[in-house]
This record gives sequence, C-alpha cells and structure tokens, in this order.
Amino acid sequence: MNLNHDRVRYTLLPLVSLTGILLLWEICGRLGLLNPLFFPVPSLIAVAFLTMVADGEIQANLSITLLRVFAGFLIGTIPGIIIGLLMGASEKIRLLLDPLVAATYPIPKLAIFPLLMIIFGIGEFSKIIAIAIGCFFLVLINAMAGVRNINKVYFDVAKNYGASKKQLFTRVILPASLPMIFTGIRLALGTSLIVVVGVEFVSANYGIGALIWNAWETFEIEKLYVGIFLCAILGILFTVVLKRVEERITPWFGHLAHQDRE
Amino acid sequence: MELECRHITKIFGEGSRATRAVADINFKTNEGEFLCILGPSGCGKSTLLKIIAGLLEPTDGEVIYTGNTPAGPLNSMVFQEHSVFPWMNVIDNVAFGLEMRGVSRKERYERSLEFLKRVGLAQHAMRNPHELSVGMRQRIAIARAFVNNPEILLMDEPFGSLDAQTRLILQDELLKIWIDHKKTVIFVTHDIDEAILLGDRVLVMTSVPGRIREVMTVGIDRPRDLRIESTREFIDMRMKIWNIIRIEVERSMTEDNREPES
Repeated sequence: MNLNHDRVRYTLLPLVSLTGILLLWEICGRLGLLNPLFFPVPSLIAVAFLTMVADGEIQANLSITLLRVFAGFLIGTIPGIIIGLLMGASEKIRLLLDPLVAATYPIPKLAIFPLLMIIFGIGEFSKIIAIAIGCFFLVLINAMAGVRNINKVYFDVAKNYGASKKQLFTRVILPASLPMIFTGIRLALGTSLIVVVGVEFVSANYGIGALIWNAWETFEIEKLYVGIFLCAILGILFTVVLKRVEERITPWFGHLAHQDRE
Repeated sequence: MELECRHITKIFGEGSRATRAVADINFKTNEGEFLCILGPSGCGKSTLLKIIAGLLEPTDGEVIYTGNTPAGPLNSMVFQEHSVFPWMNVIDNVAFGLEMRGVSRKERYERSLEFLKRVGLAQHAMRNPHELSVGMRQRIAIARAFVNNPEILLMDEPFGSLDAQTRLILQDELLKIWIDHKKTVIFVTHDIDEAILLGDRVLVMTSVPGRIREVMTVGIDRPRDLRIESTREFIDMRMKIWNIIRIEVERSMTEDNREPES
C-alpha cells in the first residue's frame, strides 16, 4: 500500500493514531500500569456504553442534549448573523452597537446562567437561552468581520454596474461574507457543547452533562468516561458535517482555506 | 456619446498630509474612439478613471457626458484583477450588469452567452471562476463590461497581471471585439507598446500629481496586430513616449529617495 496516496493518507493516518492510543491504554491497563479507579481500560468503557445503550440511557441523555444545543444554536445564530451583517455593512449601526457588544461579549456565558435561571426558571428555556447567547456573539462578530474584510473592488463593481442597496446585499455582501459566517458557526457549535455540559452539570436530570455529573457523584467511573467520549464524538461530528456543508455552499472558498485547515 | 473632463483635480487626505493625485485634467473623447491613458505607476491614472466612472468624487472639476440620452448605462468598467465574483458562476458574472438592471434571466443568459462565445468561454459558462486561469477570469470581466452595452467602456490596466503571451492574445481579442462594436474606450495602462497598439490617441501623464503632459495621435492603420510593432511609425512613437515617461519615472524615483530624509 502506498502511503502517499491521498485517500489512504487522509483516512488511514488519523485512524492509526486514534486506535494506537486506545490500544496502548488497554495494554497498559491490563498490565496494571494504570490505576483502574481513574483509568478503566477502554474495553470496560465500551461494555458500559453498550449496557447504557441497551437500557436506553444513552438515547435519553443524548437526545435532550442535542435538542438543547440545536434550539439554542438556532435562536442564537440567526439574529447573530443578521445583526453582524448589518453592523458590518453600516457604519452607523456599528458605532451604535459596538460598545454594547464589546461590553457584554467577554462575560463568560456560564457566569450569567444563574441569572437566567432566576429570569426564565429552571426549566429548558434558561438552558437554551444560555447556549443561544454563547452562539450569538461568536456568529455576530465573525459575520461583521466577514463584511468588513470584503475586497473593496467588489463594492466598486456592484456600484459601477448599478446594484441597488438590496442587490448589493443579496448578491455581494451576503455571499462574500459566507466563509467568515461559517467560521462563526463552527466556533458557535463548539461553544454550545461547552455551555450545554456546563448548564447540565448545574440544573438537569438528563443530558450528557447530567450523565457525567451523576457518574461522578455515584463514582461510576466507566459511565463518566462514556459521557466524555460522547462529547468528543459530538464535537467531531459537528465539525465533519459543517465542513461538508461549507464545501457545498462555498466551494470557491474551500480550496483557499484548504491549506490552513489540513 | 462623448465624455469631457474639465479641470479634474483629486486631493487625498487633509492638511499637511494632503496629496494631490491628479491635477487639472482636461480632455474630450471622440465618438467611437479608443483612448489610452498612459503614465508611470502611481501617477493617478487609476484615480482619474475611477472619477470618470463615478466611483470617486473629484475635489475639483467635473465629468460631463454630452449627446443623446442613452438607453443603457453611461459607463462600465473592467477592473485590474480579482474583480470577478468567486461566488457566481461564469455566466452569472457576465450577466451581472443586466441582472442589476432587471433584465429577465432568459434574455440576459442569451446575451451573455453570445459574448462568452466571443471570448472563447462558452463551454465554461456554468463553471466557477476559481476553476479557471487568470487570463480566463479577465476575459469574463471584459465580457461583463461589453454585455452591459455602456456608452463608454473604462478599462483599468485590465491586462496588468497577465503573463506576456496571454496579454498579447487578450489585446488581440479586445481589438476584434472593439472593432465590431465601435464603443468609445478609455484604457489606462503603464505599458507603452500596449498604448500604441490599442489606441487612436495616447494621453501621456506626468508622475504625481498626474497631469496630461502630451496628447499623441497614433496614425497607424487598423486592423492592427503584433506586426505593427516592427514598423517605423511604431518605433518612433515608442521612443518619443519613452523619452517623456523616462523623465517622469526618474523624477518620481528621486523624490521617493529623498522622502525618508525629510
């Protein structure tokens, strides 16, 4: 097999490191080099996982977490894109809103979660809003930067060829800033995972965060690892799916961004 | 339709930082003329063209169009490079001006396809610009301007970034299209040979602030191609222009050298 072949290289080499580390972990565990209280071997974690699937525990926790993430993501991202684009396109709106964004953006989203629970109650809504706020700022800031980084010549072309304000927006500003909007969405999905686990630690009976927290309280170490692995898999899944969508919608950017992503 | 520049002056910046880009430019185009504006780099010739295009406001003076009220746009510009939208396929790029004016999809595609055939890109109509070479992209930009059917075509060093061979081919193609359509063209370049090969008249500009130093009529018969470059008239004219330009380039270089000391 020729390792220089692109497809082999891109699919095989990442798998080698992943399975390699799991294998090493398993061997070291079985040889007694790792304390099983902290580092149970992967095969035991897998067994725990399968049992949890059979009990429906995984499905129940995973579905509620995904629901929170997607609801929060949508509620935060859509206004984030719209306001970000407007702030990028109009200096007036930017000057008006920039201080607000600058003052509220650095606050850790988890820090305001208790406040959200007071306002929205301890049900689903406060959790979804916390995730939405986390997504909102990241998408907003990137959409704004996306508009401001558009090559000036595109605006000249639009003006010279008689584009109206609406046409300028739909045919130039929006498509030209899509790559940066996608960067914002990628960051937002990552953040939404952090926030969802955080809020589930504090106030949830179900969800991956709750699963990890309960496992810690009952000292079920394998379950704890299952929760962590689930987070990792979700993170990878989000990235892969998003990359596919991105290459579909902005193929002209995909080949430019290739170098810094590989 | 004719275009007249009266006392065009452009000053960038204010106070002690103010620099004059162009100063007191006066000229008038003739119907159907190919007018080249030639000058050393940084002489403000692109600034002048942007003022003519309406993309920049002159600090002083005015641009006047005289003649019958046109059905189409007054002017359409071919920009230096990277002005083709990467998020639109080839035919949508060419049809951009028509789209902005509300021409139906069917009609604008028909008219655009005609020009794509003229520049040899018909078979690439549905592809994305990033899949094509720089020369092909500049053909798209030229087709985009011609399809728009303006009274006056403005070209801002459209072949400046092309390799020597591609440049020769595109100059040839441009002359052929121009002879068929007899549009007034204002063509900005820093290439002496290009100016003589293409132009009916050549306006030679001084270095910054750009003024018109000399207006020359090119008396060489059309149709022209590369072969004219070995004629006596061509060589004489090139020497004459070079003698003017050389003084201007040297003047701007010594000024550049002096600047760090002051």
